[in-house]
Amino acid sequence: MRDSVSGKTSLRRKGWTRKEWHYFWLGLIFASPWIIGFLIFTVYPFFSSLYFSLTEYDLFNPPRWVGMDNYKAIMKDHNFYKSISNTLFMAFISVPVTLFSSLLIAMLLNFKVKGINYYRTIFYLPAVIPGVASALLWTWMLNPDFGLVNIFLRWAGLPDPAWLLDPQFTKPSLILMGLWGSGAGALIFLAALQGVPQTYYEAAEVDGANWWYRFWKITVPALSPIILFQLIMGLIGAFQIFTESYILAGGKAGGGNSLGGPAQSLLFYAVNLYQEAFINLKMGYASALAWILFIIVMLITLLVLKTSKRWVYYGGE
Amino acid sequence: MSAAKLLRTKIFPHTMLILFSVLFLFPFVWLVFTSLKSSTEIFELPPRIIPEAFQWSNYKAALETVPFGRYMLNTVIICVVCIIGQLFASPLVAYSISRIPWAGSKVIFAIVLATMILPSQVQLIPQYIIFAKLGWINTILPLTIGAFFGAPFYIFLLRQFLLGIPRELSEAAKMDGASEFRIYSQIILPTLKPALATVALFTFVGAYTDFMGPLIYLNDAAKWTLTLGLQGFQQDHGAQWEKLMAASTIMAIPMILLYFFGQKYYMQSGSAFTGFK
Repeated sequence: MRDSVSGKTSLRRKGWTRKEWHYFWLGLIFASPWIIGFLIFTVYPFFSSLYFSLTEYDLFNPPRWVGMDNYKAIMKDHNFYKSISNTLFMAFISVPVTLFSSLLIAMLLNFKVKGINYYRTIFYLPAVIPGVASALLWTWMLNPDFGLVNIFLRWAGLPDPAWLLDPQFTKPSLILMGLWGSGAGALIFLAALQGVPQTYYEAAEVDGANWWYRFWKITVPALSPIILFQLIMGLIGAFQIFTESYILAGGKAGGGNSLGGPAQSLLFYAVNLYQEAFINLKMGYASALAWILFIIVMLITLLVLKTSKRWVYYGGE
Repeated sequence: MSAAKLLRTKIFPHTMLILFSVLFLFPFVWLVFTSLKSSTEIFELPPRIIPEAFQWSNYKAALETVPFGRYMLNTVIICVVCIIGQLFASPLVAYSISRIPWAGSKVIFAIVLATMILPSQVQLIPQYIIFAKLGWINTILPLTIGAFFGAPFYIFLLRQFLLGIPRELSEAAKMDGASEFRIYSQIILPTLKPALATVALFTFVGAYTDFMGPLIYLNDAAKWTLTLGLQGFQQDHGAQWEKLMAASTIMAIPMILLYFFGQKYYMQSGSAFTGFK
């Protein structure tokens, strides 16, 4: 009896009514799967990877404390710089190019013409092909001698590069693959485009605004929150490119240095990290790489979010 | 209709749409036709696009060279367990943050969104160590257990749907004294069916196409999934492009079928983002 009374007073002190507590517990119970998962699979690994990054650990012997040694070694590691520059190339060239292509496709799909649903199906189809299968298909498409791309280029009298064999062309090959799958992003843009009031365009047309002007003054501002969202997800995705590189470079499980492709031109950050952790079994070193990755991604995201205030418009609300 | 308007509203859109369609479809055509060519025909120059005689035996050969049936079974088991997990956890969490007026809902939602931008590599190594210590390497557990705790993307998607369901629907039941769990399971979940189908579809696609997870956790070839099987096939039979393309086609077919039958769900996921502010 006394307990329940004192319990009540403590509730009063916090200023919560019975009903509020009721909802608090309900909310907590409903959210508990995610909260538990977040603690086990995100929070705990997050901090323990910080600890591992300060150790030398091969999974078989207990972790040995080495302080900042891993970070110092990374600063001298050729593969680290190679993987950073390859990854930044994808983030700053491939991501905007693919984003632009998605937007373009979305605008095409927004035309009100007959059979538009068929076109939608076709443009999205490549995005449902499993990454491994599409990487293998493109390995064949980009075969220097018998690939469809070069056969076409030769037919058109254009130079035919050795795509996946020439270090200069391996990343453009990946961009080409990415463009083929850009229907996924187009779908999100399309939904947003359909929410732009048609009256804006009609008014602009009455004022004699041309297509280019309408694109920059109406379409882009109206879509800017979605562009920001896709840009950030794309940048984060670029830092995690793995499967395409692994398949295109013909990575062999346990095959040591075979990852990374010709002249390591496809050695991306996630590929390098995988190699250090699961092939070389340097768990501590790889954890340090993961933490540097985390810091880089955070910085880039913050930078994009900060500059986005200048170009993102949240209309109305 | 004036000539200029006809050009702008009919001729230009159709020309561009057809042009892009050809570009997007051609790799598929090339994939399927290559898979039906003979081993000498694939290296013919100039190439014949349509094979002289369809070599259906390439498919039989691909299926016999590696145990694709077993890989398919392994993959389906992982996919189904992941779907069960997501359908249990994600709607519960989404319900909590969108329809229960409690103090933590905004905090939880903010953290859910924040984890979307967390690179998974940061958690990868400690997670591997946990699973290794539990003796779960070479089992499906590391690839499926996470689904039972929900995923940010699906929680977000379901939240968008839940916000659209009128409050009155549950208010009336609350008046009649129904518990929150009853309202959730008997009123909200049934209205959420299309959204749950979207979650199931995307979970299936995610688990089916995952490469890095199985690569890290499944070493034993008998436990492999289709993605690993296909990669292994490339390693051992890389020069036999016609068989490799047959195997790739086999792997792609379920995804294409799912897409044709589940189109409206894909569209829904696209529109969910437009409410993202």
